[in-house]
Amino acid sequence: MPAISMKVNGKAVCGDVENRTLLVDFIRTNLGLTGTHVGCDTSQCGACVVHIDGKAVKSCTTFAVACEGADVTTIEGIAKNGKLHPMQQAFHENHGLQCGFCTPGMIMASIDIVKRNGKKVSEDVIRRELSQNICRCTGYHNIVAAVQSAAEKM
Amino acid sequence: MSDTGIGARVLRKEDKRFITGKGQYTDDINLKDQTYAYFVRSPHAHATIKSINTAKAKKMPGVVDIFTSKEVEEDKIGGLICGWMIHSKDGSGMKAGPHPILASGKVRFVGDQVAVVIAETREQAKAAAQAVVVSYGVLPHNVDAAQAMKTKAQVHDVASDNRVYNWSIGDEAATDAAFKTAAHVTKIDLINNRLIPNAMETRAAIGSYDTGSDHYTLYTTSQNPHVARLVISAFHGLAPEHKLRVIAPDVGGGFGSKIFIYGEEVTCVWASKRIGGRPVKWTADRSEAFLSDAHGRDHVSHAELAMDASGKIVGLKVHTIASMGAYLSTFSSCVPTYLYATLLSGQYKIPNIYAEVDAVYTNTAPVDAYRGAGRPEATYLLERIVETAARELKIDPAEFRRRNFITVFPHQTPVIFMYDAGDYGAALDKALEMSDYKNFPARKAASAKNGKLRGVGFSAYIEACGIAPSAAVGSLGAGVGLWESAEVRVNAVGTVEVLTGSHSHGQGHETTFAQLVSERLGVDINNVAIVHGDTDKVQMGMGTYGSRSGAVGMTAVSKALDKIEAKAKRVAAAVMEASTDDIDFKDGTFTVKGTDTKMAFGEVALASYVGHKFNSSEIEIGLKETSFHDPSNFVFPAGVHICEVEVDQDTGLTKIASYTAVDDFGTIINPMIVEGQVQGGVAQGIGQALLEGAHYDRESGQLLTGSYMDYNMPKAANMPHIENFKLGFTFTKCPSNPLGMKGCGEAGAIAAPPAVINAITHALGVRDIAMPATPLTVWNAMQPMKRAAE
Repeated sequence: MPAISMKVNGKAVCGDVENRTLLVDFIRTNLGLTGTHVGCDTSQCGACVVHIDGKAVKSCTTFAVACEGADVTTIEGIAKNGKLHPMQQAFHENHGLQCGFCTPGMIMASIDIVKRNGKKVSEDVIRRELSQNICRCTGYHNIVAAVQSAAEKM
Repeated sequence: MSDTGIGARVLRKEDKRFITGKGQYTDDINLKDQTYAYFVRSPHAHATIKSINTAKAKKMPGVVDIFTSKEVEEDKIGGLICGWMIHSKDGSGMKAGPHPILASGKVRFVGDQVAVVIAETREQAKAAAQAVVVSYGVLPHNVDAAQAMKTKAQVHDVASDNRVYNWSIGDEAATDAAFKTAAHVTKIDLINNRLIPNAMETRAAIGSYDTGSDHYTLYTTSQNPHVARLVISAFHGLAPEHKLRVIAPDVGGGFGSKIFIYGEEVTCVWASKRIGGRPVKWTADRSEAFLSDAHGRDHVSHAELAMDASGKIVGLKVHTIASMGAYLSTFSSCVPTYLYATLLSGQYKIPNIYAEVDAVYTNTAPVDAYRGAGRPEATYLLERIVETAARELKIDPAEFRRRNFITVFPHQTPVIFMYDAGDYGAALDKALEMSDYKNFPARKAASAKNGKLRGVGFSAYIEACGIAPSAAVGSLGAGVGLWESAEVRVNAVGTVEVLTGSHSHGQGHETTFAQLVSERLGVDINNVAIVHGDTDKVQMGMGTYGSRSGAVGMTAVSKALDKIEAKAKRVAAAVMEASTDDIDFKDGTFTVKGTDTKMAFGEVALASYVGHKFNSSEIEIGLKETSFHDPSNFVFPAGVHICEVEVDQDTGLTKIASYTAVDDFGTIINPMIVEGQVQGGVAQGIGQALLEGAHYDRESGQLLTGSYMDYNMPKAANMPHIENFKLGFTFTKCPSNPLGMKGCGEAGAIAAPPAVINAITHALGVRDIAMPATPLTVWNAMQPMKRAAE
């Protein structure tokens, strides 16, 4: 089994994985970071989105071995010194979550959307780009509102 | 109103763990020495199982054991049950076929589980499952509800024509007589498309058997862990209730699909003992969820609506064929009967209604309650035929509805329900105003300039929820009562724990239930904890579905709070040396009437436990009370939703131009959370109308929509823009519970489909269009018009 090492949430981590081990399984099983979720098996729901070297990626479709040396951030790593990330805060303040299962992926994807599109990101762009993430509870209304609100503060 | 009491927009207390990745869903839990289960599933829609050879698979790396129906039968593990007996018109009981936890002798749908492989890792279990050799004798199959009573494919021996029951409600002769007097009859044929619930967390379970204490624990994705424990104890015979703990931790959405007791979860807890007590964990792949979760809807209906010369409805006749799938799931039988046909009066005075329902077996996944459960089917049928009738009579659809609204309450419908309170005209007025209905023609003209067809559609829905009075449902065939329980524990320092049988899987009970406590006891909301989802902690409960947690679950809490207040007053009176009758309690302070002698709630709590200042032979030590609340009636939320669509003539793509929802939910505890429920429900309704549809191939019996590549879930881009999705509320107090609450969890999913389809048919000028109204369906529907125009 190949040995891999990478940085996850700022901490150096390593482990032995099979070639076929997915990044999400490495994160959940080897590292015990269960905030990253698996909601489908066709890379569509986005519950597994993490950041690899600053970009949003679906960790269910990424091999762990492909992340050798990478800088990975999960939902557990975005609050700094006990202060929530503006996107986390915005999801809370706008009631952008109900059951919470899609939420980590939504937040990680949304941070990336704002980073790429800027503070003035339009509702259409948010809706189009968030179509890579599925939520069954909220109807997306408050998620979109949360992303707009966070965009102004990021 | 305090800033955390009833009616306040309190941000959710439960959010922090979810937004920081600290939620604990079943798959996040790992037990020492756990093994992993993977199920071998039928690739055939209908077949005999000739043999199962596990020899090769058992030798594969990591395999602990493999079980089939043989071991299930050895251990005398009972089959899955349907807990609601429905009788046919002729008095005979419903025909319930056997439903073993692992298929025995026969498979009846693609995905039916035939064996379980237990291995050291999930990958090993999955690999070995592929090496299990099952020899099948393929039988004729049928996946189509409409064909079920005509086909040669007989799903169960007990039902020779595949008919589970032929049930009816209402007065057939009186309805026929009313039709004879009618000035106009509108007829409609409808299909209510089969849906797959798709909670984002798939079902999962960890079964664990403790050999030392002969005790089982099941972690599971359940909306009602106590019911799971009851059924697993009483019907599967696995363990008596005191030897089985069921924990439903954080649950990632349910929408009905996690009410039911499924074979996989029972298998995990049973198999743990079989392998000597190591825990057995199973988490469904999304593909498995598509195949094996209970689906929703799947009705084929014909309806006729009779009007007199003044446009007043005089009668309604309905015949529905409802697919139950291959087995009767836990609550399935009541969905197309008492949760469906009892709502066919809608918001209207309809003096005569007769409905007949044939529930049929098909070689498909079981069909059971999915958000709304029966009420969306009733609302779709009624609001489609009412809209069609208005168009045929050339009466404005809003005016036609208003002409027929029930205006006097209580109102006894011809189909069981006694509506207790409502003001349907007020909701219609508000919805017309908020949607700017009067200027619709201008918007239609503007759309036309851009080459788009614009339409407007109404849905005036009512639903019955707050499920349900125990004696009433018992008389209709339910195997259980549908009360709820609560326990309020006030700690010595004045903090409060509420243990509730309701289960939160997105509804925000940790916040709303705490708001009730904050309002009643004047306690800071952060000093209130809501405990749920664990049979070892909560005494008993019936769980969350049928929009019952507010009207039933919170009422149980409220009644326990009444007792807390009464007891605390006695303690306060003793400590302050006054008569209990002279104690007032307001905003968390007990005062002696006419004096400035007072005690804070926390001081009384402490006094209750210290026990120095009163005679403990007269007042029992402690401050903890319990309540079991059985509702006296269903509750009847109602409202008017108005949808405007814009259809692209070149592509057939339908855009929701605007959506207005006006709902009467009675007392609202937290408007933010209620709005979230409406938004989410409407999204599911829009999904049913435009995007979603479970499709089985007739030839092969395979589920063609078995992944997110084929089953079109609503996405952010499918929903109306923020400024075009308007929510409003009207208020009539619900008289059957002290808080005056109705229910809001299902309303959106109930109301939205007919609003959307009425808007599309209006835009296109066609009589009907099938759900889901995909671009292809809509484009095809437009072609006759285009050809006529050319």
